[in-house]
Amino acid sequence: MADTWSIGKYTFTSRLLVGTGKFPDFPTMQKAHVASGAEVVTVAVRRLDLSAKGEASLLEWIPKGMTLLPNTAACFTADEAVRTARLGRELGMGDLVKLEVIGDPRTLFPDVVGLVEAAKVLVKEGFTVLPYTNDDPVTAKRLEDAGCAAIMPLGAPIGSGLGLRNPYNLRIIMETAKVPVLVDAGVGTASDAAIAMELGAVAVLMNTAIAGAKDPVLMAAAMRDAVSAGRQAFLAGRIPMKLHAAASSPLTGLIGS
Amino acid sequence: MPMQVRLNGEVRELPDGITVSGLLAHLGVKAQRVAVEVNETVVTKDRYEAHRLGAGDSIEIVAFVGGG
Repeated sequence: MADTWSIGKYTFTSRLLVGTGKFPDFPTMQKAHVASGAEVVTVAVRRLDLSAKGEASLLEWIPKGMTLLPNTAACFTADEAVRTARLGRELGMGDLVKLEVIGDPRTLFPDVVGLVEAAKVLVKEGFTVLPYTNDDPVTAKRLEDAGCAAIMPLGAPIGSGLGLRNPYNLRIIMETAKVPVLVDAGVGTASDAAIAMELGAVAVLMNTAIAGAKDPVLMAAAMRDAVSAGRQAFLAGRIPMKLHAAASSPLTGLIGS
Repeated sequence: MPMQVRLNGEVRELPDGITVSGLLAHLGVKAQRVAVEVNETVVTKDRYEAHRLGAGDSIEIVAFVGGG
């Protein structure tokens, strides 16, 4: 049986979700998306530049068949996030939203109070809400209780590439939540993605780690493999850690004994 | 008679009683690629023809851009 996962009414095979920001150009982004094998792609909602005529549309460069996940990035209040989510739904014709309510411009850490408030409104309006949240198990529970379809705790600040700074909290969230837990933000390189999956994440969402790499297309392929390897290792069940050696070769039958 | 509105944060003069469709045509914007909000409420595409803008309206026209 295929190893699929679901959020709301959507079912996916790939456990890597990718972004569309900060790529050097659209053709590179498109190649990276294909190389990543991702089925879900995030997009942002912004005022149309009314002075720019005939600009290339982002949507034309997103591979056909990918599911759009509009975000509410850079919204600092629940109200802004709700309005942005509604506009994203109108633009994308889907009910998925990556809900962000940011509390601090320097770290881009979420305002979890505003996040829960916005989540409640959007769930009531029929959105499939994927909240970007802190690595706090209690907030994760609040979001789940609010009806969110998934929980997306950060590994580290957005775009920081610091990897998973609090794997223990992430694991607690993964063990407790009844909805899928996706690690969103903080991944710097392939091993970070593998670690997230080994911990038991259902999927990993990243943008900068791919878009900002020297070779985004190659990094996208690396991330695809890392997510897949991490998932398989999680399913296989790793050995317990021990302080001392446990020989792999027999200790008997040695010559000269 | 022109009327004043706020469009994407900027004060603009528009023909009195223009509809959302009219505004998009006036701006040369393809309706399929944008979403429109008037006074903090989304105007769905099926209402573009019917929805007339009024003086003092606050209009937001948005599109998808790259993001994570």
